Amino acid sequence: MLSPAEWGVVALSLKVGGVAISCSLPIAFALAYLLARQNFAGKVVLDGLIHLPLVLPPVVTGWLLLLAFAPDGPIGGMLMRATGGTVLFRWTGAAISAAVMALPLMVRAMRLSIEAVDRRLESAARTLGAGRWRVFRTITLPLSLPGLIAGGVLGFARALGEFGATITFVSNVPGETQTLPLAIYSKLQVPGSDAAVFRLACVSVLLSLGALIASEILTRRAGRGIHVL
Amino acid sequence: MFFEVDVERQVGEAWVACRFSAPDGLTVLFGPSGAGKTSTLHMIAGLLTPSRGRIVVHDRVLFDSEARIDVPPERRGVGYVFQEARLFPHMRVAANLHYGAGEKHGEDFERLTRVLGIAHLLDRWPRTLSGGEARRVAIARALLSDPDFLLLDEPLSSLDKARREEIMRVIERVRDDLCIPILMVTHDHDEAKRLASQIVAL
Repeated sequence: MLSPAEWGVVALSLKVGGVAISCSLPIAFALAYLLARQNFAGKVVLDGLIHLPLVLPPVVTGWLLLLAFAPDGPIGGMLMRATGGTVLFRWTGAAISAAVMALPLMVRAMRLSIEAVDRRLESAARTLGAGRWRVFRTITLPLSLPGLIAGGVLGFARALGEFGATITFVSNVPGETQTLPLAIYSKLQVPGSDAAVFRLACVSVLLSLGALIASEILTRRAGRGIHVL
Repeated sequence: MFFEVDVERQVGEAWVACRFSAPDGLTVLFGPSGAGKTSTLHMIAGLLTPSRGRIVVHDRVLFDSEARIDVPPERRGVGYVFQEARLFPHMRVAANLHYGAGEKHGEDFERLTRVLGIAHLLDRWPRTLSGGEARRVAIARALLSDPDFLLLDEPLSSLDKARREEIMRVIERVRDDLCIPILMVTHDHDEAKRLASQIVAL
């Protein structure tokens, strides 16, 4: 089975992916809601910006993150002044790049499910005395929950597989930023580590497959009107 | 007059203009399809904003384009039974009924579900209901939100003869026993003649 160091890699990957998705989930949902429901100047530009990491070479995304989060960069500077720390070469940085790369997938899935919510149900709820917030909480959110969950799980799977932006942005530091794909890449550079590569690749396949199946099952259950949570 | 309505707006390609006053009791808005009957109900409920006009119900101004009054739908005291039942698919019948009522209407709830013959449906999901059952649930849900007036949009359409008779009796009971003023839209002459205390032709 896996060696302690390899278990460490798996645990780090899950931590980075988990933190990346739980922090970006509300942002993704807000963006999806905005794109699905509002018309505003610059909507096309916002849509494009969100989707950019999907089509940009990951090394470019990583480099842009590096510029922004460097201690003399716009966001990195603020962080430095506020906390005295940096996300460079830290697992927090790996989580940021994973979140940015997963965001377009999450927003797409969520946007589709919000657009699929029958707005006539929302107006019915209004006539029954519910204000906008209650309508959102009791109608829009539960009915778009399948997409919210599917988007989250899909994003999680994507975050686990994140490679190019992460290695560019926060480098490949064992125990700190060396997630599964980076560990596999490092092993590939060392002659005679085929067995370790095989083991880590198996874990990678299992995790990704598990996430996809979970997303599918949850979506179907929610689609049948069964409460998911 | 209970209802004083004078509204107009563009709806798709058509220009809808509607002006009438009506006492309490049951008023039928009668006219061919495409005359803007549903749009008028939507404007009264606050789901569609008139480009010009004034809506007063029971001396309360709900909309006035000149005075810039536009009461949001949730505060208009409206009970709206749409042409489609619009039951919330992720809630059981009981939760649908409670949506506008909260938990406070214990007695009303029992009585109404019995009168409408839906007491045995409370644990069902909306997608398992027949057309007639769904419509009765929708009527009960609107009534339980304690409305000052009721809007009914083609409440008898796409039902077989027996179901129509059943819903017709329900509407008569709401009109006579609960004494809630009703605006009802239909394009069926017989329905209009039987139920209406006043008919407004559009």
